[in-house]
Amino acid sequence: MFASDRGDEPSSTPHIVFERLHKRYDGPQGPIHAVHDVSFAIARGEVFGIIGRSGAGKSTLLRTINALEVPDAGTVTVDDVPVAGLDEAALVRLRRRIGMIFQHFNLLSSKTVNANVALPLRVAGLARPAIDRRVGELLDLVGLSDKASAYPSQLSGGQKQRVGIARALVHQPEILLCDEATSALDPETTQSILALLRDINRRLGLTVVLITHDMAVIREICDRVLVLDQGRRSEMGEVWRIFGDPAAEATRALLRPLLHDLPADLARDLVDDLGGRPGEAILQLRYGGDSSADGVALADLAALHPQARLLHGGLDRIRGHSQGRLLVAIPASALDPVQDRTARVADHIEVLGYVVTGAR
Amino acid sequence: MSLPALDKYIQAFLQTLLMVGTSAVIALSVGLALAIVLTITASGSLYPHPRFNRGLSIVVNVFRAVPFIILLVALLPVTRFIVGTTLGTWAAVVPLSISLIPFYARIAQVSLREVDPGLIEAARAMGCRRHHIVRHVLIPEALPGLVGGMTVSLIAMINASAMAGAVGAGGLGDLAIRYGYERYETRVMFEVIVILIALVTLIQFAGEGLARRFDHRG
Repeated sequence: MFASDRGDEPSSTPHIVFERLHKRYDGPQGPIHAVHDVSFAIARGEVFGIIGRSGAGKSTLLRTINALEVPDAGTVTVDDVPVAGLDEAALVRLRRRIGMIFQHFNLLSSKTVNANVALPLRVAGLARPAIDRRVGELLDLVGLSDKASAYPSQLSGGQKQRVGIARALVHQPEILLCDEATSALDPETTQSILALLRDINRRLGLTVVLITHDMAVIREICDRVLVLDQGRRSEMGEVWRIFGDPAAEATRALLRPLLHDLPADLARDLVDDLGGRPGEAILQLRYGGDSSADGVALADLAALHPQARLLHGGLDRIRGHSQGRLLVAIPASALDPVQDRTARVADHIEVLGYVVTGAR
Repeated sequence: MSLPALDKYIQAFLQTLLMVGTSAVIALSVGLALAIVLTITASGSLYPHPRFNRGLSIVVNVFRAVPFIILLVALLPVTRFIVGTTLGTWAAVVPLSISLIPFYARIAQVSLREVDPGLIEAARAMGCRRHHIVRHVLIPEALPGLVGGMTVSLIAMINASAMAGAVGAGGLGDLAIRYGYERYETRVMFEVIVILIALVTLIQFAGEGLARRFDHRG
């Protein structure tokens, strides 16, 4: 199955490598395989997404990187060093190189913003002036310098996550783990947090590993994505490829909210055969993002037929690749000659059905 | 038969403060330590030792189950060994402390157990060692509940101290029993009860104020 994956090999040196990872839990109905035989590698400096429905094992998988979860079999290596088998001192050193942020922020309610961000440095035994300087820099980076003496309960969700990010970056880590970091935030705040994460990835060159159940988050900031389904690796590759041409059913299910599927009213009127009546053919044009052209030429669409109409759909631009789907109506009588031309217009075309004239 | 003079009230009040104050320092600090040990040795916690944890938990339950007045008598040899006598205010400190240690330990344990496991996970992820987590996460996050439990325990101690009159410890409760109950001087009992109400109210308010100051959960 590895050979069929697209964009599987990381483009630069691997930073985190998972090999034949297994993790079981004992549930009331026998063992549950949270992670089942998962192997892949995350490249240095990339934003890597792990997506799956709840219970797909993504949280367990993420936590094996900093040994908050210990796998039953298989290995995780960070910079060629196996995480399993580190003693407490070595583990503490590793964790200081790996920042982590959480869905519910996990800030200490008893400490101010300043003290929350300072805690990782305090327990590492840094001197007071060095701590103050570093905390000041980070609060600047996340734009919360004026909230240093506030308590977490006085902050909004987005501000709390910014404090979480500042705390995660305080040791200048090489890896940032994001555990559903935007799932508790409203859409606008989600955008600002994702922008901040992207900015941090670019400016500091961190490897970012994030888990989410929201494909929009993956589309927004990830370079590559791994789709998990019931603990198994379902598919993996560059985000634009997975979005343009999802191979696994699990991926399609996760993508559904973002896809421009057939609208319900149109689906109701659709018939397989016009039976000699006059009507229109409904074509679905799919763009996988593979074509060398940047975007879709309007002239190509216009050339389909003088009476062609764009009904529904949209294109997304992901890392410079245009992909998406468009529904187009053309007179049914013009269908055969049109099909030759559509080959140039889209990567895949499909006749979804016909609508009898006057049916709507 | 005469009413007790004012200095009798003052003496009794001071005896109560001495008994409760000394016992409180001992019982609350040992109880807190016990609660921390019970919390962190539970299975799945920071230093899991399930068998030790279960053993300690049983010991705590045994002391919790014995009524104070029986503990007072049963501990007489221990009291004589520690204080040198089984009579007087200091002699009451021993059973009072020992009976309140498990009481506060259980209350404190509830507060410690309720600290969000996500906070402990976050602390582990940021490279905290386990003793850091106890000091910087577990105790500070549980502090409002720990202080609230201290208030409850202090008030329970004032109640229990009345029974310490049985070993000649004196105190307000003893005054109320000897004059008010045994000599039918209802006024004395009434006055002592008013003083006790004032004391309990003061502790309750102070405790609540302190707990609020430590509570930033919003």
